[in-house]
Amino acid sequence: MTTSTVKKTARSVYWAGVRDGLPFLIMAAPFALLFGVVAMDAGLSVGQAMGFSVLVIAGASQFAAIQMITENAGIAFVLLAALAVNLRMAMYSASLVPYLGNAPLWQRAAVSYLNFDQTYITSVSRYESRPEMTVAERVAYFFGVATPITPTWIGMTLVGIMAGTAIPEAWALDFIMPIMFLAMVAPMMKSLAHIAAAAASVIVALALIGLPSGTGLLIAAGVAMLTGAIVETWTEGRTK
Amino acid sequence: MTYSSAEIWLIIAVLGVGTFLIRFSFLGLIGDRPMHPFVLRLLRFTPVAVLPGMVAPLVLWPAATQGQPDLTRILAALVTVAVGLWTRNVLWAIAGGVATLYAGLAITAL
Repeated sequence: MTTSTVKKTARSVYWAGVRDGLPFLIMAAPFALLFGVVAMDAGLSVGQAMGFSVLVIAGASQFAAIQMITENAGIAFVLLAALAVNLRMAMYSASLVPYLGNAPLWQRAAVSYLNFDQTYITSVSRYESRPEMTVAERVAYFFGVATPITPTWIGMTLVGIMAGTAIPEAWALDFIMPIMFLAMVAPMMKSLAHIAAAAASVIVALALIGLPSGTGLLIAAGVAMLTGAIVETWTEGRTK
Repeated sequence: MTYSSAEIWLIIAVLGVGTFLIRFSFLGLIGDRPMHPFVLRLLRFTPVAVLPGMVAPLVLWPAATQGQPDLTRILAALVTVAVGLWTRNVLWAIAGGVATLYAGLAITAL
């Protein structure tokens, strides 16, 4: 393949990523707006609220931090709670290694900055279903998915700061996020092992609901990954 | 809120750096070094291991209803999963879930 065809496919893969990222705006836009509103309510300055959305860029943990700040928890507790919510991203980071480990360091750093639930899950399901993708195409796709979501997240935070009024409860925005995540994960149920992993995740997460934020989920995820891997090994052994 | 402006900025800075380091951890440090096959197998289950556990409490005990189970939200979640399994399409699953949610909310508001 010549260099120009490589560039051309990377570009079309990038645009495929943009297209696949667009639907997540229905989720990112209202949540960023809500974050702007909540941050203002808590007494943050405009710069501080924007600082959260630009520098932390992880919705759930931003809300967790604001919640702890309004409760006047100690700084260490604010940090621990918000970082615990983000620990799942260490698993995302590890699971991207087989796909993106060969990419240049600056690209891996940029992917890391943009690695949140939506970009991660969309990209990984594409990588899984198309093993023939090159590393450059995978990186281009990831950046493509992030392209519509990231500026929307930051821009809508500012809109929320300016608007400053709560969104009507009748919109039930609280439930758009669970629907989006379930919609992403359901098509990934490709085998008994995947279903077993999902079931283990639900059961353990619900059982450990009393633990501090994020820790129950982390244990549930670990148990679920192990369950999936063991069931897969077992089913492979049976079909051999 | 009793924090000074500097303290809030400290929180933002530490959270920003900490979150980046969490995201960069494996991808940045391991890079292209080979990983054990069983580790790779474990990692392939990451999305289906994290998301269901993250969503389950939100479905059963929504904050919007003060933690009381809500039939509309449970139905919307079930329809989302069913349509997702059936069509294998994220957008159809979202459409099914959102339609169920708003239909349920409209009916209960009557």
